[in-house]
Amino acid sequence: MIEVNNLSKKFGTHLSLDSVNIAFKLNDSVALMGANGAGKTTLIRSILGYYHPSSGHVKVNGLDPIKERTEVLKHVSFVPQLPPPIKLSVKELISYVCKSSGVDEKSIYHYANAMKFDIKINLGKSFFKLSGGMKQKLLIAISFAKESEIVIYDEPTANLDPKAREDFYALIQESKKEKLSLFVTHRIEEVQEIVNRQVYMDLGKVVSDEKVDPYATH
Amino acid sequence: MSFRNLLLIAYLDLRESIRANWFIVYSLVFGGLIALFFIAGITESQVMGFSGLSRLLLMYIQVTIVILPIFILITTVRSISGDRDSHILEYMLSFPISLKEYYWGKVFGRFITVFLPVFMAMFFAILYGMYKGAEVPLNLFFLYTGLLFSMSSAFLGIAFFISSIVKSSEMALGISFFVWIFLLAFIDIALISLMMQQRFNAELIITIAMLNPMEIFRVAAISLFDPELTVMGPVAFYILDIISQEFFVFISMVYPLTLGILFAFLGFKIFEKKDLV
Repeated sequence: MIEVNNLSKKFGTHLSLDSVNIAFKLNDSVALMGANGAGKTTLIRSILGYYHPSSGHVKVNGLDPIKERTEVLKHVSFVPQLPPPIKLSVKELISYVCKSSGVDEKSIYHYANAMKFDIKINLGKSFFKLSGGMKQKLLIAISFAKESEIVIYDEPTANLDPKAREDFYALIQESKKEKLSLFVTHRIEEVQEIVNRQVYMDLGKVVSDEKVDPYATH
Repeated sequence: MSFRNLLLIAYLDLRESIRANWFIVYSLVFGGLIALFFIAGITESQVMGFSGLSRLLLMYIQVTIVILPIFILITTVRSISGDRDSHILEYMLSFPISLKEYYWGKVFGRFITVFLPVFMAMFFAILYGMYKGAEVPLNLFFLYTGLLFSMSSAFLGIAFFISSIVKSSEMALGISFFVWIFLLAFIDIALISLMMQQRFNAELIITIAMLNPMEIFRVAAISLFDPELTVMGPVAFYILDIISQEFFVFISMVYPLTLGILFAFLGFKIFEKKDLV
């Protein structure tokens, strides 16, 4: 599904990704870990087609995420670490998602309910005026409603309280659809039960890539 | 490119802008100006032969020359760079929207936002003038609308170009302020103090001055009221000896419009080639 070949990305003189080679396949559930500045976010952003590689390339379902971005992004859901201060109202944001990605609005409501976020009473509010947790819940609901084959979560539970974290991981485990999930995280204990692969990055390189049994802790 | 997605982006940008504080201030400034002109009795006064609504439009031109470009620049220049700064771009572009749809949708939406208040203020002035029984200079109104449309396009294009090339919105604001002051004053200072002192060719000086979209707007707007450009003195001969007043007004509309489209297009090419976040 995702192939990263000899990918390097330089920002000025700083080498953020250093000849990274890695592949992610369907049904992989990956914890992508590493210290700050290890290159995790740069790798994710390269997969999403935000960065032009300094060398090497990324292919998502055989397509270039920069040249064929719309085709690639039809199959990708993304939840950022910090919800951005989008000025649109909740209603407008949902309309944007539904119209641009063909997402069913009812499905967003369904997953928002599962995350204990009441969309109806917040419809007219500006997204950026919601609390951090509410914003994150809505973005998570949108990511589930999109029903993508590839889901990328960059520290998705950073703003969530313990109960909301449980709801989130319960939704992940309930999800029957075959997909590739990438979790950028610093807390392996949180995703231990849902990942079957752990990738560690350091100084722009993949330093460890292991298959793990998600049920080993039970 | 999906036209539906482009319109979606334009519509959402428009909705977002209309709610923003800057838009309220922007609309109040132009609407308030017209109201102020009526209250101050400008339509009743006569200066250099201009009276009634013609006089009001002339005043409106003088003010818009100065404030419209800076308003457009500072409100638009953060459109892309601000979204990039705050990671809005990162999230919004994680959906299957092409860069073309996003960029041109923003341009389209922002154009309506900046042009509409300026146009509506003038439109209501004309309506109010008609209600008061004043003679309505409709030809002036349409020509002036064309000039405003064209100048708005020029500065909108420049603003999107700046927004695409810079990384931070603070830098974008700084550059836009420089562009405004350069076109408003520095270019004149350079032309008058340096080139004239050095006895540069007059045609060259006037050509450079006319390349400035603010200057060409100013001269064309004056020519609508004073076709012989008598208020400009001998400079008028250089312009009207080469081209007719009608053709000059036509050029004054086409040139800034082309400039705006060109800058917006260059901005898009940079936006497309650069890292998005």
